[in-house]
Amino acid sequence: MDLSAINPLLFVAGFLVAATPLIFAAIGELVVEKSGTLNLGVEGMMITGAICGFATAVETGSPLLGFAAAAVGGAALSLLFAFLTQITLANQVASGLALTLFGLGLSALLGQSYVGIKPPRLPDINFGPLADIPVIGPILFTHDVILYLGIILVAATWAVLKFTRAGLILRAVGESHDAAHALGYKVVRIRTLAIMFGGACAGIGGAYISLIRVPQWTEGMTAGIGWIALALVVFASWKPWRLLLGAYLFGGITQLQLNLQGAGVAIPVEYLAMSPYVITIIVLVVLSRHKGGAPACLGRTFHASS
Amino acid sequence: MIRLEKRPQASRAFSLATPVLAVVATMFFGGLLFATLGKDPIASIVTIFWEPLFGEFSFFYRPQLLIKGAPLVLIAIGLSLGFKAGIWNIGAEGQYIMGALFGAGVGLAFYPAEGFHIFPLMVLAGAFGGWLWAMIPALLKVKFGTNEILVSLMLVYVAEQFLASMSLGLMKNPEGFGFPGSRNLQQYESAFNADLIEGSGMHWGVVAALIAVIFAYVLLTKHRLGFAIRVTGEAPRAAKFSGVNPTRLVLFCLGTSGLLAGLAGMFEVSGPAGQVTIDFNVGYGFTAIIVAFLGRLHPIGILLAGLLMALTYIGGDIAQSQLGLPAAAIQVFQGMLLFFLLALDMFTNYRLRFGRTEVA
Amino acid sequence: MKFTKLLTGAVLALGLATTAMAQDKTKVGFVFVGPVGDGGWTYEHNKGRLAVEEHFGDKVETVFVESVAEGPDSERVMTQMALNGADLIFTTSFGYMDPTINVAKKFPNVKFEHATGYKQAENVATYSARFYEGRAIQGHIAGKMTKSNIIGYIGSYPIPEVIRGINAAFIHARKANPDVQFKIVWAYTWFDPAKEADAAKVLIEQGADVVLQHTDSTAPQAAAQEAGNVVTFGQASDMGQYAPFPRVSSIIDDWAPYYIARTQAVMDGTWTSGNTWDGIGAGMVGIGKISDAVPADVKAEALLLKASLADGTYHAFTGPLNKQDGTPFLAEGEVADDGTLAGMNFYVEGIEGDIPQ
Repeated sequence: MDLSAINPLLFVAGFLVAATPLIFAAIGELVVEKSGTLNLGVEGMMITGAICGFATAVETGSPLLGFAAAAVGGAALSLLFAFLTQITLANQVASGLALTLFGLGLSALLGQSYVGIKPPRLPDINFGPLADIPVIGPILFTHDVILYLGIILVAATWAVLKFTRAGLILRAVGESHDAAHALGYKVVRIRTLAIMFGGACAGIGGAYISLIRVPQWTEGMTAGIGWIALALVVFASWKPWRLLLGAYLFGGITQLQLNLQGAGVAIPVEYLAMSPYVITIIVLVVLSRHKGGAPACLGRTFHASS
Repeated sequence: MIRLEKRPQASRAFSLATPVLAVVATMFFGGLLFATLGKDPIASIVTIFWEPLFGEFSFFYRPQLLIKGAPLVLIAIGLSLGFKAGIWNIGAEGQYIMGALFGAGVGLAFYPAEGFHIFPLMVLAGAFGGWLWAMIPALLKVKFGTNEILVSLMLVYVAEQFLASMSLGLMKNPEGFGFPGSRNLQQYESAFNADLIEGSGMHWGVVAALIAVIFAYVLLTKHRLGFAIRVTGEAPRAAKFSGVNPTRLVLFCLGTSGLLAGLAGMFEVSGPAGQVTIDFNVGYGFTAIIVAFLGRLHPIGILLAGLLMALTYIGGDIAQSQLGLPAAAIQVFQGMLLFFLLALDMFTNYRLRFGRTEVA
Repeated sequence: MKFTKLLTGAVLALGLATTAMAQDKTKVGFVFVGPVGDGGWTYEHNKGRLAVEEHFGDKVETVFVESVAEGPDSERVMTQMALNGADLIFTTSFGYMDPTINVAKKFPNVKFEHATGYKQAENVATYSARFYEGRAIQGHIAGKMTKSNIIGYIGSYPIPEVIRGINAAFIHARKANPDVQFKIVWAYTWFDPAKEADAAKVLIEQGADVVLQHTDSTAPQAAAQEAGNVVTFGQASDMGQYAPFPRVSSIIDDWAPYYIARTQAVMDGTWTSGNTWDGIGAGMVGIGKISDAVPADVKAEALLLKASLADGTYHAFTGPLNKQDGTPFLAEGEVADDGTLAGMNFYVEGIEGDIPQ
């Protein structure tokens, strides 16, 4: 056993990267849920974003265009969900699961000719002397633009939800769609926009996996990250900053587990691999003591005349 | 202007017609998809829907329909009770795994003794395993008000890790040359959940699924508890006034769905699958959620929906090997089917109104 | 039980009839555990299938089903292929072992080939590749090329196949460089590219400058490329898009020669059951081009090692070797027998850490 082999700076920098896809997918879902809609199709939108982004980046040579395409792809797929749940008033749980199934299949079809290709690389931002600051430099200033965008997005979501009129309306729709409707807000339109935002974010998160974190395209490569993102939203009790913290915790535990293995610590891997989920459950229990803050209309179908 | 108007009562005609319409729509758009992929659309559709039921080898596929459909129906029935009451267990996959582990564990513990008591004990253990796993979200919800959707979902991943641990460790076949996976229960007579009539696909899990359908039907239509479930889902406030105990309802709904999922896992591991392996679970727990909704949370509907899902799986595999359709295309096709079923379901409860109508 | 007999009779009759009908064209079925687009295990088996089609042209028809779950689904797919007149069916995952045996009993006239298993029957042969031979070569190159003397190894699950690979690599890394240490990380997944990337990064952060992988994605290659000075090896496929550096060589699963030979045997009526465990010599294990990033003398040694493994003059597990706990494993000059290798569940002496459980 040699714990000194674990470099804390690299460890932290490592889980910042590992958490980024989660942050994108989860912050998108947070907004969706704040509007009162539960979309369980995150995994399907992520994988669709992963292939849209990958294919576009390969064809155009531009990773940034790839991310844009991933956002469009994810949003387009989420429109299907919006149509089902907002227009035809279908059950959200079932629609979300169907969306995942559909997205996994669709992405595999789209990606048939992209197996085994290396995508163009998005360079890390050059912060010049900042990167040389001890401790903080290697942790904070050695990443790509999308990673920072993720953090900015969390901050922006927090600010919009808390301080702006748009955020207020969104929350009102999520808390009581009937009241919001009575006040003249277009519930369906607002929710559809929220769902599309969620889709776009999930798409970017997926593309972060296929373009930066792995990077390659293979079928089913998101391997369940979309589901973790769903857990993360509740873990964070619908609060953006807590979501950021939670994403680092989730990413951190996996990193820690691998680090400990590498250092030769005899740990029962399966049991450590369970730990993020067990910890989430514990956090859920702790949080539920002071009312978790789930949007009151979460998962409920809205119909104007009902 | 087109607008939706809620029907005073769900339309019976539409609730029967929409599934048919959905299948037809899926056939059409699925056909388009297959044509885009360069396959004969008609042949593809015929292969998926007709071949397993009435084709040359239907004598083989029909029993397979039972094998594939039984766990789906068994799990979905349990889930539907909770869903009706607004209690969301989406972790049936985990309960399915735990049922299998408990059931197989008991069987393996007896090995190589033979005896008539072994299989019933396994059934009990399987049911207990699933029930136990569902009790975690249930108790947490009751005690702390924790969201059961997430707790049950999280526990799926915990169960998957247990499964890996068991396949590689405690339950590993000592005569398996170090390979992962348990002994094959199909080769252990007392523990084998064999076809009751060989080649019919009718194993105990199918019987259990049919019993569950009847049980749920009776419960929902005739029993007070069924009334409590319905009323809680439709009007939680009214439920309180009519004396429904929400705590007991949560424990009952989650417990029952866990128990049934556990049974499904146990019948699967002791029968068609035979072994505890790392990849034992193939998503029945999640697919069952879809089945429950496709069946409109109605026992008979679930039975039919489970068989329909099974049909698309079996037909899909046939289409893959005979026509070279990629598995992904089948997945998209299944997704379409679900979309159409869900979307068209609207017409059961709502009707389209054209032109301006007075505000409701 | 009249019904039963009737049914089995019908199945048998159909089995006979369909094979008789399909005389003109040999039908070969493949059951795949993953999608053909996985870029690894299934991808390579599918390449083998395509090679069969190309080799025999009109004389053969191949069918396949991908992403078939182990258990009853696989049994159904195999039966379906047999019913539809397949003469030969390759089942390409360890978990298909018992289902293959079950289905083979019902179709005595159809030949089955099960990959990586240990159960045979009159009409069920088994085949597998001696990937550990390739691991030995990787170990040698790794031992020579490491400067930090730390070699990282990403395992999937702790099963004999993976442990054998670790041992083979370690033995030859130590031979090349007595100071070498192995750091082993178990991913506990067959397929999760993001986790593989993490595992590779962790190993690199902990000082490994060579990373060997027993998982099929290119994620570790990309992680090594980013780190800049880390050597990797392709796994399952060549991963040539990362050559010449970090990928300096690779182990390639090459099922084509075997699939062609067995199909030919069925056509000729000379097919017999058996257990094939082929390595570099028979071409089942391909060694990807050793790139110029490897010093010329190391490359020459590696090629020499490859040649001696291929012609059988050298075995990757040759004594003297001890097990991890110091008990003797192989005496001087003794060679490990296939049974021990197949079920290998211990590390050789010198590897630190325990196999999980």
